[in-house]
Amino acid sequence: MDEVPIQSGDDVVRVRQQVRIVAAQNGLSLVDQTKLVTAASELARNTLVHGGGGVARIEVVKSGNGRVGVKLQFSDEGPGIPDIDLALTDGWTTGSGLGLGLSGSRRLVDEFELNSKPGAGTSVVVVKWSR
Amino acid sequence: MEQVPILKIGQTLFVSIQIELEDDTVMRLQEDLADELAATGAHGVIIDITAVEIVDSFIGRMLSMIGSISRLFDAETVIVGMRPAVAITLTELGLSLNGVRTALNAEKGLEILNGKS
Repeated sequence: MDEVPIQSGDDVVRVRQQVRIVAAQNGLSLVDQTKLVTAASELARNTLVHGGGGVARIEVVKSGNGRVGVKLQFSDEGPGIPDIDLALTDGWTTGSGLGLGLSGSRRLVDEFELNSKPGAGTSVVVVKWSR
Repeated sequence: MEQVPILKIGQTLFVSIQIELEDDTVMRLQEDLADELAATGAHGVIIDITAVEIVDSFIGRMLSMIGSISRLFDAETVIVGMRPAVAITLTELGLSLNGVRTALNAEKGLEILNGKS
C-alpha cells in the first residue's frame, strides 16, 4: 500500500501520478485509468481545500471472483460534511467550483463510500475494478 | 510554479500544455493569456491539450473561463487535441466546456479561427 500526504498542490499532482502508475500496472484500461486518476484528482483537491490536508492511500485489491482493482482512500481531519446527501448532489458547492467534484467522481468509479461527521473529518473510499 | 509558454503567430496565440497541470499553473496561464490578449490584440487562442492526461472539474472550469475572458477581448478560444479517454471522462464527470470550441487538432483549430475572420 502506498501513502501519499496531501498538503499542497504539488501533492495533488503526486497522487495523480502514483494512481496512474498503480492503475496501469494492474491492468486497468486506458479509459478506466483516466477515470480513476480524474476521480483521484477531484478527491485529493477536496482533501486539500475542504479538509485542510490529509492523506491518500493507494491499494491493490482482489474481488471474490479474482478480479483486480485499485482502491483509494482519502482521509482528512477537517471540519467534515454536515449533509452528505446534499454534498453528493450535482451542482452543490461550498465554494466557487462547479459542484461536480464529489458527485462527478462517484460516477467515474465502481464503488464509492463517503464517511463524514461534522468536526470529525472525512474519509472517501473508491474502487475501480479491472474488466 | 511552472509556467506554460504562450506563442503569438499572426493574429493567434498558441498554447501547448506539456506539463502536469497544477491548479496554480492553470490560474497563472489564465492571467498570462489575459495579459497577452490585451497586449497583442490577438483574435484567437489555440490551446493544445494533446499531452494532457486528465482534465478534472477544476482544469475544465479554468479552460471555460479562459474562453469567456478571451471573448471579452474579441478573441475566440479553441481547445485542440483532446485524448479520447479524456473526452469520455469529461462527459461522465458531467462537465461541458462552455465558452470554448473544440477541434481535432491545431490545423482544424486554425481553420475555425480563420473562418471567423
